[in-house]
Amino acid sequence: MENREVVIEVKDLVRKFGDRTVLNGVNLKVHRGEIFVIMGGSGCGKSTLLRHIIGNLKPTSGRVELLGTDITDFYGTELDGVRKKIGMSFQSSALFDSMTVAENVSLPLREHTKLEQSVIDIMVKMKLELVGLRGFEDLLPSEISGGMKKRVGLARAIAMDPEIIFYDEPTAGLDPIVAAVVDKLIIDLARKLAITSVVVTHDMKSVMTIADSVAMLYEGKVLETGTVEEIKNSKNEMVQQFINGDPDGPIRFFQQKDDYLEHLTQ
Amino acid sequence: MNNPIAAIGRVSINVFQDTIKILGLFFNTIWWIIVGPFKGKTASRTSVFEQLVFAGTQSVIIVFFITFFTGIVIAMQSAYQLKQLGAVIYVAPMVSISMARELGPVFAALVVTGRVGSAITAELGTMKVSEQIEALETIALDPVRYLVVPRFLALLIMLPCLTIMGDLMGILGGLVVGVFNLNINPYRYVTFSFDLMTWKDIWTGLVKSGAFAIIISLISCHVGLETRGGAEGVGKSTTLSVVLSFILIILFDCILTGIFFFSNM
Repeated sequence: MENREVVIEVKDLVRKFGDRTVLNGVNLKVHRGEIFVIMGGSGCGKSTLLRHIIGNLKPTSGRVELLGTDITDFYGTELDGVRKKIGMSFQSSALFDSMTVAENVSLPLREHTKLEQSVIDIMVKMKLELVGLRGFEDLLPSEISGGMKKRVGLARAIAMDPEIIFYDEPTAGLDPIVAAVVDKLIIDLARKLAITSVVVTHDMKSVMTIADSVAMLYEGKVLETGTVEEIKNSKNEMVQQFINGDPDGPIRFFQQKDDYLEHLTQ
Repeated sequence: MNNPIAAIGRVSINVFQDTIKILGLFFNTIWWIIVGPFKGKTASRTSVFEQLVFAGTQSVIIVFFITFFTGIVIAMQSAYQLKQLGAVIYVAPMVSISMARELGPVFAALVVTGRVGSAITAELGTMKVSEQIEALETIALDPVRYLVVPRFLALLIMLPCLTIMGDLMGILGGLVVGVFNLNINPYRYVTFSFDLMTWKDIWTGLVKSGAFAIIISLISCHVGLETRGGAEGVGKSTTLSVVLSFILIILFDCILTGIFFFSNM
């Protein structure tokens, strides 16, 4: 893996929202063709990190390189060149409500290519076939289930044949079977189309199934990176606690007790 | 935190920042309209057409309704005064000129704010909170070009049209009162309505409605795109956009009327 080309590099990324430091010096390297999973508890900055990598948010300090281009100082249309080479699957699917499934998937093609409508129609059918939704072209997003929306979002993300796909919580809110289907899809897309995948999730089952490399994010820092095996055998107690889903351990969910008493009697 | 001076300061900073952002949105929109076509990046024709139908055609009935009754009211109120001077025939130009200069543009704008501006804010706000705006950016589509420009153009074209139609409807409302209540000959009423009208009465009204169209589209789009905080945020944004548009429409109406009144153009 190490000798492959690096497609995403994040260097000392710091992001502050007011006084709150959400990302505190993140370093990451993603290689071409791998499925890279960023895991961590809710609110540890996973989604924020993802939005920095795709250029939607700008860091307080640090650099982001995407496909060999330093995009840290790119705004608006400067980013478009790089953005046409990436796809993003959103946590809430983010389908356009007013468009049918087919129109959603074909939007990037209609806007960025000069293909004939008939060619676009065929491509849309191919993309929908990949996610197992051929035949649902004319339905509106409000007429299909959450799992189907996720898959349509995925079809839209791969419409332009991107080099990298980003997934924000792809299995959150799905039943176990649909979640497994989505996991399988992610693997299929990565293997069949040789797409680099970056997945943000806290679903451990999904991490174990799909990941080539894993980075564990905690309080705005990368605790540990490595293959699934390396992470499983990690000596870091926090990583172990997270993998095993243990309520007790070094990661505290509740505030300190004395703090609580003080808070109540304030 | 409760220091009133600090509160005033915070509000001023917010107003200032929002003004800068709205002006930024204005120039960005104009840039896309003027420079976009040369780069082959025009707003999609279908979405402009959809917006024209929504903002214009579908607003006609309600604009007609409001301006027709406004015309009736103005005719009755002015007849009440003019009767004492024995000059009821002056009801006709009274109605036509006040409709063209003032009431047509303002009422059409207020109707469109309530009907179209609120819908724009609610739609863009919902798109913002459900990550759809971000999705647009991620597939390299500029939300300003894709969402703001069609709405801006549609309102800029349709509001003056609605205003003209509203003016005529108001005159018709006045005519009803003039003919059936004041016993003025309808032919004489209509000719007298237009005899005393000058071109300035018409074009100042249209300039106003153009300015109102810009206000409505920019405010509703800006507030929609700045929405935060789920369904509640969308509700708040929609209210804010309507209230802010109303205030700015009346404020700019006053400023523009002042300019036209004192400049003697």
